[in-house]
Amino acid sequence: MPQTTPFHDRLIALNETGIWKHWSGYLVAPRYQYSETDEYYAIRNSVALLDTSPLFKYVIKGDDAKSFLEKVLSRDINECQVDQAQYTCWCNEEGFVLQDGVILHVAKNEYWLTAAEPTLRYFRQLAAAGAYLNLEIDDISEEYGILALQGPHAFDVLQALNIDAANLPYFGVARTHINGMPVVLSRTGFTGDLGYEIWTSTEDALSLWDVVMAAGRNYNITPMGTTALKMARVEAGLLLLDVDFSSARFAWVDAQRETPCELGWGWMFRKLAKDQRDFIGRDAIETQLKNKTQRWTTVGLEIDWHDYERVHVEAGIMPPKHGVYSESTMSIYRRGDVEWDYVGYATSFLYSSLLRRPIALAKLPLELAKSGTQVDLEIPVIKKPQNVLAHVARVPFFNPARKTSQFGKQ
Amino acid sequence: MKYDAIVIGGGHNGLVNGAYLAKSGLKTLILERRPMVGGAAITEELLPGYQFTTFSYAISLIRPDIVQDLQLVKHGMMVLPMSSTFQPGFDGEYLLLGADKDQNFHEVSRHSRQDAESYRDLSHLFDRVCFALKPLLDAIPPNAVSNRVEDIAHCQEVKDYLQNLPADVQGLIDRLWNGSAADILNDYFECELLKSNIASSAIIGSMISPSDKKSGIVWLLHKMGEYDGVFGDWGFHKGGNGGFTQVLARAAQAWGATVMTGHGVDHVIYDSGKVEGVVLENGQELRADIVVSALDPKRTFTQLVDAKDLPADLNQSITQFKFQGSASKVNFALNGLPKFPALNGRVDPFTGFVNVGPSMQYLEDAFADAKAGRFSRKPFIDCCVQSTVDPEMSPPGKHVMSCFVMYTPYHLTDGAWATEREKLGDTVENTLNEFFPGFHGLVEHREIVTPLDIENVTGLTEGNIFMGELFSEQMFLNRPAPGWNQYRTPISGYYQCGSGTHPGGCVMGGPGKLAARQVINDLAVPAGKN
Repeated sequence: MPQTTPFHDRLIALNETGIWKHWSGYLVAPRYQYSETDEYYAIRNSVALLDTSPLFKYVIKGDDAKSFLEKVLSRDINECQVDQAQYTCWCNEEGFVLQDGVILHVAKNEYWLTAAEPTLRYFRQLAAAGAYLNLEIDDISEEYGILALQGPHAFDVLQALNIDAANLPYFGVARTHINGMPVVLSRTGFTGDLGYEIWTSTEDALSLWDVVMAAGRNYNITPMGTTALKMARVEAGLLLLDVDFSSARFAWVDAQRETPCELGWGWMFRKLAKDQRDFIGRDAIETQLKNKTQRWTTVGLEIDWHDYERVHVEAGIMPPKHGVYSESTMSIYRRGDVEWDYVGYATSFLYSSLLRRPIALAKLPLELAKSGTQVDLEIPVIKKPQNVLAHVARVPFFNPARKTSQFGKQ
Repeated sequence: MKYDAIVIGGGHNGLVNGAYLAKSGLKTLILERRPMVGGAAITEELLPGYQFTTFSYAISLIRPDIVQDLQLVKHGMMVLPMSSTFQPGFDGEYLLLGADKDQNFHEVSRHSRQDAESYRDLSHLFDRVCFALKPLLDAIPPNAVSNRVEDIAHCQEVKDYLQNLPADVQGLIDRLWNGSAADILNDYFECELLKSNIASSAIIGSMISPSDKKSGIVWLLHKMGEYDGVFGDWGFHKGGNGGFTQVLARAAQAWGATVMTGHGVDHVIYDSGKVEGVVLENGQELRADIVVSALDPKRTFTQLVDAKDLPADLNQSITQFKFQGSASKVNFALNGLPKFPALNGRVDPFTGFVNVGPSMQYLEDAFADAKAGRFSRKPFIDCCVQSTVDPEMSPPGKHVMSCFVMYTPYHLTDGAWATEREKLGDTVENTLNEFFPGFHGLVEHREIVTPLDIENVTGLTEGNIFMGELFSEQMFLNRPAPGWNQYRTPISGYYQCGSGTHPGGCVMGGPGKLAARQVINDLAVPAGKN
């Protein structure tokens, strides 16, 4: 029997389609309405509400919490002050990524972490090996539910809930109350838009859902399923575990493993030379950065609109656009004299309704990873492989100012 | 100041045209008479917080290549999907179609199991027709009266293309081009709600009923729009269609065009059959080698230039060109969402088109009034509550409702629009109150836009929303006149790019794009060769 999240009793009534899927063993709605496009546009045009409770949630606290996280996490936890959140990852000694996640510095010596896969025992083993005297690591997955409130009117909904989030900066964290219920609020999300995530105790979950939905009614708040989220995250250039990369932990060979640089996260190490952290994987990552030995990097691809039209129209069909989101691997070839000169692959593909063109996330060798570089992407056209022109592009593909803008100080 | 090109009229086609010309490197000026760009695609805040789409209110046909060529997304283009179509009937009957094919099958099945299946068949055949005709919509049409070898070859090419289409596709094209929507609908369906819902696309903005032989082509044109590659689907531009023309203005400026509002053109200056510029209403003279009129054919050929300087056959075509505006708008500010008793409290019936016109006979009766020279006593109303999708359109908790109303003839037999307009508003409100009890109580403000208002404000002759009826004798080879359907005029350097040219109206932008293509083509060819 699948597990249910603390919000499930409300979600049942809202899921018009009756379709559910499993996320880490929990029932979640891929979409609530018949059109995922409507839910997608709620993220970009009004405000959407997503239950992200199936994420694993951990608390890491104690006087040694910071030094532990300094050791374990690849990105410098010292840059994450109290009331701040950080997108981070953790690697093995070879510098291969185990997982990514968002960590919230909720109080002095107390951090909350979300992860797609379990990591309690692994962290506790590291803690034990490191002899951290004052450190507690606990799994709080079942004690909390998380709602993601995402979209241009997310701030208005918080205001309607009498929360003063005006000064909450991008990736800021606040402990506050909604209708008397204690919550942890962070200005984070996986949509690349203005958005917040709200942690609530399991007991308060249904009441919280009700008050947020009521406060959002005037802004056309729309429950969003996981498909709309995935569509938005491609535009945001955000990678998904088991779609765009795999955890090194359960890989068989290094070909399945990837380093942060290979995932396009080199930006996490911009200040590496200045910090002396002895974190797991540091040597490997440093060597890779220095010698440029990464095998590939992860980039955005903008598929040429005219070419995408052409290959379909020549085959006698309309180009598929509506609700096109794919997680199947697509091969990429170098353009030139050699036919089918394989150089990499795309992992996520979306016809972006907003951007009005197909986009993808892809792995390419460094020499082809420069923005504007032309490659061929293989797509199926009436079941047959066909190459279309694509340009390497910077991610995020869509990056509205409201995502990071400050509301309080005008 | 000398420009390479001056575009007269800052509606969507003028803006598209000016943007393309500027993109091609021409120093381009777009002149708009009103204080704002947009023409008939504008959004106005008539009441604090309430955004009214005064005239044009939804978008579908905008040519997809324009979006790419002019990089409109970068300038803020955002079309929100209209996810439902609602057809309220009598006695609580209704048809509510949505995004899911199987759900729609069952919804139509409630009325007729056979219709549910025919609906799929006709939709698929229609899609193939639209796909087949799309290249013609996006190309400069052939000149069928010219004796030049290239023109004869071009005509033959189009003929061959059409003749090589699959027989079923050709068959439906023939029926649509020459026949009535009712005829086709009766072949496929028995359900009145479904028929009248579809038939609404065949009469929109046209002085015909669904049984008129001219209705097929009106239907066809409206189906040729697309949303995310799905033919016949519509959307709301963020901030209304005025939001869209603002995007176009930003794009045109980004490509290098100058947009000047508050500058009406009095007339075009030309000498020895060659254009020289324009004279503004304020008397100022502006010089350019290229002048493009985005105004309708009547204004382009009888007001901006002297008809005496034009050939007789063109003058005759323009005199005969039918405008006969038939539609009005009544726009409401509402303090709540209308309620349809059988679907009380649901928002989804209002997130797309709400078509009031529950049977074919209802539409015929509505037309009968118009033929008698009065506005329909039981009007067909195409309602949109854009605020259910776009929260920026109204204050929180409130709504705006755009109502497209037919039939409302420009020429009234008795009375005048000045005295009839409030009566029209009352008739619309009363009709809506019949289908949505309590509607009267929701109304905070209403704006009535008669065909005369459309003409006076936007300059669309007789208030025809397409710059001329979409009848087959006024389309493709003949829009606006045989031989003058390729955006040129008898005056060298003077071009036309309004919806009165191919492919027509409906916020397509096609005329603006294709006219620019023609200008650029002509500039590349040495003078005298055309």
